[in-house]
Amino acid sequence: MSKANLLDRRQVVSTLLANRKDVVAIGGLGASTNDMCAAGDHARNFYLWGGMGGAAMIGLGLALAQPKLPALVITGDGEMLMGLGSLATIGLQKPANLSIAVLDNEAYGETGGQTSHTSAAADLVGVARACGIKDSQSISTMAEVEAFAKAVHDVSVGPRFANVKIGSANLERILPTRDGTYIVNRIRGDLGFQPI
Amino acid sequence: MHARADAADTVPNWPDDIFATLQRFDVRQVPYVPDAGHSKLIQRVLDSSTMRGIALTTEEEGVALLAGAWAGGQRGVLLMQSSGVGNCINMLSLIPILRFPFLTLVTMRGEWGEFNPWQVPMGSTTQGVFELSGVQVLRASHAAEVPAVLEAAASQAYNALTPTAVLLSQRLIGAKVFTK
Repeated sequence: MSKANLLDRRQVVSTLLANRKDVVAIGGLGASTNDMCAAGDHARNFYLWGGMGGAAMIGLGLALAQPKLPALVITGDGEMLMGLGSLATIGLQKPANLSIAVLDNEAYGETGGQTSHTSAAADLVGVARACGIKDSQSISTMAEVEAFAKAVHDVSVGPRFANVKIGSANLERILPTRDGTYIVNRIRGDLGFQPI
Repeated sequence: MHARADAADTVPNWPDDIFATLQRFDVRQVPYVPDAGHSKLIQRVLDSSTMRGIALTTEEEGVALLAGAWAGGQRGVLLMQSSGVGNCINMLSLIPILRFPFLTLVTMRGEWGEFNPWQVPMGSTTQGVFELSGVQVLRASHAAEVPAVLEAAASQAYNALTPTAVLLSQRLIGAKVFTK
């Protein structure tokens, strides 16, 4: 059942990536990675089709390797819940160029819409803040999404975390490439690294 | 207190050999879950100006971290003990899919004079888990062979993208002794 006034996930992600410039974006397993593709394929899109729970850590590894580039993780509540410990790891490292946006529909949309822990109990913003990510906020308006998208480009004051409450509608699947080696090598190539 | 049987009374030097090899291969990110057997190496990493030690809450975080590091142009190595290998299994699937250099150094428990039976099941399956997951396994049981094993492991991991685990035997580290 859809609640009123929840944000549209596709609109949220296309706004996050609209003026992306040099942002490297990591999409968590599930609808988030599809949303990223729907917003437009890009050489700096790291699409995940597996490794559930790993999106934030991939973002951390990339952010530490490229401290001048904004790294933006876009993932779902279920994927984030599976990697909660990574918020503690990120809170300890405090990478100033890492941002995490969770698209929270309070459900496992890909597997039949079973409710997730955020629907009744788990507060991801509270977890992130308690793990040392001070700039952690709950987002419920597009104006806040726009402000967050702008903040992502400031690579001096992160990490930052946002939990965006979105509607639970299942949208048409826009599937990105599934070739992981291609995805990684395309990012590396765009960053100026040669093949081995 | 915890002491170590069968280990040298003095602080071992083999962790310095490992550190030197990692430095030579330009390893930059060193995610770890602490283990007594890795304590000297972890300290060397934390004191280093070229490597970043990254404490994890659980080992699979380190596999994902190394994928991101590689996408961003850096090499890494994951330090853990054998119990942590089981925590990594699904995340190890990223390695063949994304084809990034994977090297992990694993201090062994559950073998060679183990006192704690709870360490034995995972210690006994560590090598099998790696091999089923497509990670080649090398082993060092004596301090003298550590440099050559590390050299081979780092070389095949970083030059040939062969996922590689080095098991640092409990015989090398010394079995943990529990005394009251």
